Amino acid sequence: MGPFLQYTINGLTVGSFYALVALGYTIVYGIIRLINFAQGDLTVVGMFLGWSLLTQFGIRLLPLPVALFLAFLIPMLGTAVTNVVILQLAYKPLLKRSLLAILITALGASLVLQNVVRLIFGPQIQAYPDIVPLNGFGIGPAHVSYLQVVLFAASILLMLALYLFTQGTPVGTAMRALAVDHDAARLMGINVDRVIQIAFVVGGLLAAASGVMLGIYYIQIQFNNGFLLGLRAFTAAVLGGIGNIPGAMAGGMIIGLLESYTAGYISSKWQDVVVFGVLILVLVIRPMGLFGERVAERM
Amino acid sequence: MLLEVADLHVYYGNIEALKGITLGVDSGEIVAVLGSNGAGKTTTLKTISGLLRPRSGTVTFNGANIVGRSAHEVVALGLSQVPEGRRIFNVLTVDENLSLGGYLIRRHRDLQRKRRDSVYQTFPQLAARRKQLAGTLSGGEQQMLAIGRALMSEPKLLMLDEPSLGLSPLLSRLLLKIVRQISNQGTAVLLVEQNARQALAISDRAYVIETGSIALSGKASQLAADERVQKAYLGGYEAVS
Repeated sequence: MGPFLQYTINGLTVGSFYALVALGYTIVYGIIRLINFAQGDLTVVGMFLGWSLLTQFGIRLLPLPVALFLAFLIPMLGTAVTNVVILQLAYKPLLKRSLLAILITALGASLVLQNVVRLIFGPQIQAYPDIVPLNGFGIGPAHVSYLQVVLFAASILLMLALYLFTQGTPVGTAMRALAVDHDAARLMGINVDRVIQIAFVVGGLLAAASGVMLGIYYIQIQFNNGFLLGLRAFTAAVLGGIGNIPGAMAGGMIIGLLESYTAGYISSKWQDVVVFGVLILVLVIRPMGLFGERVAERM
Repeated sequence: MLLEVADLHVYYGNIEALKGITLGVDSGEIVAVLGSNGAGKTTTLKTISGLLRPRSGTVTFNGANIVGRSAHEVVALGLSQVPEGRRIFNVLTVDENLSLGGYLIRRHRDLQRKRRDSVYQTFPQLAARRKQLAGTLSGGEQQMLAIGRALMSEPKLLMLDEPSLGLSPLLSRLLLKIVRQISNQGTAVLLVEQNARQALAISDRAYVIETGSIALSGKASQLAADERVQKAYLGGYEAVS
């Protein structure tokens, strides 16, 4: 029982990061039916922006909450802008063409981002400074660090904010309408191009948020982290039913837990086997995902 | 004229779908556009509302040429289209569908609520289902929702594309009666219908489109009596009923 609780706590922490990346996939997919393969690499862009702020620009000298706030805010704005630039330059001209063309472009965008990060920050592994003290408290036999609590709470807050945005605001409702019918949305007076841009802003914000969290949590970062991270988060999005916002949240948590249990009970070498085994199983048995309804048939 | 369409040419690739359509709608009028499948009725509406771009011709609404404006800008000018096949947002609630219809007044919540209440007054059946997902409504209710959604922007001109499609004769008569009411409250209506008999009964004037051109036009009562119209568009219904 002891390790189980510990694995669960660790899994939920990592799962909440995956959920944030998965939400980026799912929101963009919901609106323009694009699997934005650049989402994982965008996360790494945010990760490195946060790292460079914390290590080279001396914001650590500020009080910890202020430093943390800036270390999240500035990378989030950076990736939001990056994502919109990618949309306008690479995806927008292809929106009315075939889905395949835009999908391949997304793969290209992923490679470009990855290599830009390598050019700027180098190919070597970098280390996040440990700015949050690692001590914590015990729940029975398990240890919970304050860091885990803070990061988990921040992810949940972001997800809650996103949920309220999509469910409770006119622009959020317009986003859900776009998932159904672009032309009908235009006839409502909705500026569809603008709403697509907002979706990419949201995807960018979430990418850096999870990127900085991953950096602070795992310490070691490298320019090519985005590939596997993107695939895991994509699996989470598919598991929850891609296009489905609560589904991406749940999917992220499930993938995080699966990874943690596999690492704990079997071996960390088997993590990816289990995760991608799940992806294959979902695609074969339930392609619409655990909570998906309508989306699969639209592909 | 509130709406004037002049010599509209629209292509799908190399295929000329509209070969010089000219028509007009005056304030307070109901104007019907009749014609068989593929004649160009829906293309005409989509071009007016900005979903399609014409190769040449003008669309003048309220004195301004609106060709080249995006669909969402056209709505803001007071021209609202109810698309063929309803196209409601099936995963959103009835309330949310109506709110989106009032997207342009989204910052004026009171005004939005007022208009929503007035839609619910026009369609009491919808009021009972406001929190229900639109996809769970019956065909007739979905059509009511599609019309109600278009009314949320308080258009000067309402364009309806086949509102009676797939509805029982009784229901389509009820809907067209409501269209008449909407018109009596001061909204001009451009009505595309396959059900020529019912459309002519509530319209002031009508146009008949055949393969992309206007074949006939005139007062609705005259067209209803016209031999050619009777033969091509009214005969079938007579035989059935």
